[in-house]
Amino acid sequence: MTDLTSAAVPPIGADDHVRGEGEEGLIVYADLGCPRCAADWAGLAGRPGRIAFRHFPVAAKHPRSPALHAAAEAAGAQGQFFAMVASLYADRGRVDDPHLWERAERLGLDLERFERDRRGEATLARVRRDFLSGIRGGVAGTPAVFDACTLVAVREREF
Amino acid sequence: MIAAGEPAPDFTLRDQDGEQVSLADFRGRRVLLVFYPQDFSPVCGDQFSIYQEVKPELAAKGVELLGISVDHRWAHKAFQEKLGIDTTLLADFEPKGEVARAYGSYLEKFGFANRVLVLVDEAGRVAWTYEAPNPGEIPGANLIFDALA
Repeated sequence: MTDLTSAAVPPIGADDHVRGEGEEGLIVYADLGCPRCAADWAGLAGRPGRIAFRHFPVAAKHPRSPALHAAAEAAGAQGQFFAMVASLYADRGRVDDPHLWERAERLGLDLERFERDRRGEATLARVRRDFLSGIRGGVAGTPAVFDACTLVAVREREF
Repeated sequence: MIAAGEPAPDFTLRDQDGEQVSLADFRGRRVLLVFYPQDFSPVCGDQFSIYQEVKPELAAKGVELLGISVDHRWAHKAFQEKLGIDTTLLADFEPKGEVARAYGSYLEKFGFANRVLVLVDEAGRVAWTYEAPNPGEIPGANLIFDALA
């Protein structure tokens, strides 16, 4: 059975989606369907140092999120992960399949491979792996930012 | 706040569909009471949406979730639909907050419950509790799995 008891989020690893250079780095658990994540991701874009993006799709809240995370992962298989993330966050109203195909073409992806990859088991497992590591790390809202595996910021909210 | 080992006060409240739900109905099963401030506040949304994502894992542990707030059942119905969740939401509406008070989760100065988790065991006793430091802080699902481990 999947163990979801508390555990520190894993440090940035070789198979993380990492942008920038440096020793330490921020780890961001984000939802590609979430407007707050889009705003905060844009704010983090100019920050120096490494930043790892981890998948945290909350399907109940944003029904298209699983499809968007799978699309980003499939774009990543062709070297365009962050370009796809930027594109999805930049135009959150266009997230149906034809819009994903348009994006794939614009990014110069092999469309057949993109389609195959985004529906593949490995992609789903990769996204779920990130999600569950976030749950174990106590992520209870997006975006959640960790510095050296310690939660440093969640967006302030009303209650 | 109620403490582990104490009997869980029984209650009967209406759910989002108007059905009466009693804690006693769950005798022989484990149930997690999720007290929360209000329907439609952004944090509540995150809390139940995220618990929804790990519902299969919670079900595998034999635990049912019951959300409880001071909102009316019609608000619960709309909130449930908006979030796309199927967690039962109970209306602690009249007398307002009576159940929250019985469990010590009611915040008098705000007029609603704090975020409190209460795990009730098969015999109807409190097995574990968690109270958020403030209503804006969401208890992660990991805490529930720690309690069930």
